[in-house]
Amino acid sequence: MKKSLVIVATLASLLAACSTTPNEPAPVKNGVPGTAQSATSDIKTPVKPAVVTADPFKDPAALSNIPLLQKRSIYFEYDKYDIALDYVTVIEAHSKYLKANPAAKVLIQGNADERGSREYNLALGQKRAEAVFTNLKLLGVKDAQLEAVSLGEEKPKATGHDEASWAENRRADLVYGAK
Amino acid sequence: MKNLNRFVACALAIAGLAFASQFASAQLTVEISGSGANRIPIAAPNFAGEALMQGSVSDVVRKDLELSGLFKQVEPGGLLGVEGVQPDHNAWKGRGADALLVGSVNPGQGGLVEVRFRLYDVLRGSELFVLKVSVRPEQQRALGHHIANKVFEKLTGQPGIFSTRIAYVEKQGSRYQLLISDFDGENAVPALISAEPIMSPAWSPDGKYLAYVSFDKKKPIIYVRALDSIRTSVLANYKGSNSAPSWSPDGRRLAMTLTKDGLSQVYVVNADGSGLRRLTSSNGIDTEPRFSADGSQIYFTSDRGGSPQIYRVSVDGGAAQRVSFAGAYNVSPRVSPDGKTLVYVSRNEGRFQITMQDLASQQTQVLTDSAKDESPSFAPDGRTILYATEVGGRGVLSVVSTDGRTRYRLNNRAGDVREPAWGPFEK
Repeated sequence: MKKSLVIVATLASLLAACSTTPNEPAPVKNGVPGTAQSATSDIKTPVKPAVVTADPFKDPAALSNIPLLQKRSIYFEYDKYDIALDYVTVIEAHSKYLKANPAAKVLIQGNADERGSREYNLALGQKRAEAVFTNLKLLGVKDAQLEAVSLGEEKPKATGHDEASWAENRRADLVYGAK
Repeated sequence: MKNLNRFVACALAIAGLAFASQFASAQLTVEISGSGANRIPIAAPNFAGEALMQGSVSDVVRKDLELSGLFKQVEPGGLLGVEGVQPDHNAWKGRGADALLVGSVNPGQGGLVEVRFRLYDVLRGSELFVLKVSVRPEQQRALGHHIANKVFEKLTGQPGIFSTRIAYVEKQGSRYQLLISDFDGENAVPALISAEPIMSPAWSPDGKYLAYVSFDKKKPIIYVRALDSIRTSVLANYKGSNSAPSWSPDGRRLAMTLTKDGLSQVYVVNADGSGLRRLTSSNGIDTEPRFSADGSQIYFTSDRGGSPQIYRVSVDGGAAQRVSFAGAYNVSPRVSPDGKTLVYVSRNEGRFQITMQDLASQQTQVLTDSAKDESPSFAPDGRTILYATEVGGRGVLSVVSTDGRTRYRLNNRAGDVREPAWGPFEK
């Protein structure tokens, strides 16, 4: 729990850093005529200039173009659901994309390794999905864009019965378009 | 006479069964520890004319009695057990038998066979009962279970569980089946076939419905299936995960785990899906709810104290009490039918094993010596516990008696078997 608080704090400070950054020029890459919409939202929500400046994330092809967005798995320790610091930038990138694309939806599927009770592992997978869900929400992603569910130990990506397979299966995946 | 009437009624019920036994007999290996001094020695020679049926009915009776752990088979040696002829009680006593079951099968009307069977108290030299029934030739298993119940009830004074059913999940390749079979794993018929995982089957107390969790919509949803038809309804499909259904003893409510408010928490709902109410509020995982035998309490697994342990809360809500204390991993609580005992899965030095706890004294006892035990389920008489374990990398079902002395494995399936749930006494 301590660790995920640290992450939230880190993410928050990143966000704070963004919001103090002076507005960057309106996006040119998209070449969207009439950035009026952006301008409007600029005025209404001056504390969230990231919405305006996150042009690469607004690109429909962002999911396949931006390396951080191609990372859609977050791994966990045994019987744990704290998010390791390594994944902060991944979660932050997905939050940017989801905020830039309010119509985009993501299903967060939590998984667990095969050891122990199936129902408890389902809850453990849920807790992992929930940890990702909470961090995305804290970064400003709307509830309606997210659903956290669990597959428990029922859909193992690695089918072996060793530590390497178990580690692979202690995971939360971001699945776009499935929600 | 009353007994006979009841039996005729049962026989009609048996005659109504749709499923014939087409399966080879189970490769059951029963392991019984101790001297067996307190097991009842019974002789049950082959029934005369039983070749008229599709399989040996006396074989089913003998296996059932052996699986109970309360009976010891006495080989007939050269002795003949002829139904309708007064047996030589002293000769049977000489072979060590306390009881003798004899039977005969004769051609009946309309393609049925007429089966007559008698139970004797060899020590007293008296006949305990004689019963007659007409069944179809392929119903030797259902009839054998019924005869075993009659013998068991007469000699132990307790109801037999031989006509009860179990539900379990089999995974074969990428196919999942929710199966319903006899208590010994035989006669399995699918209640559901799916390309997505199925888990946590739970019998309604009247044995007419099975609640279960399916991933067919890419996330866990709780369904209820009526077993006398193909009707299936959604019990819970809230945002997030829906799992761990469990019926109240009166069948009017279910407890389950939902994540609609964020974390996995325990909720109670009416059997028709109405009246949803949140029961637990913790900062961690609360799951695997089970009603106590009297329906007043709910046992569940929670990691609120830092590690998964068993807790108990009033069905009306309020503060939860911790129930399990030893070790760092105790999950999947199940309450015995008499409400006095709890079994759960505990992790002991990396091995997951079935543990029994006396609720009054809090004394615990590990019942198994395997390493990957899951999903314990009490027999309706509370004498044995069915559970899933792993042998050679494959999921199998095993049974252990609560005194730890009798153990057997149900190994008649080709696939990976898990999630067993023992059904109620037949109504």
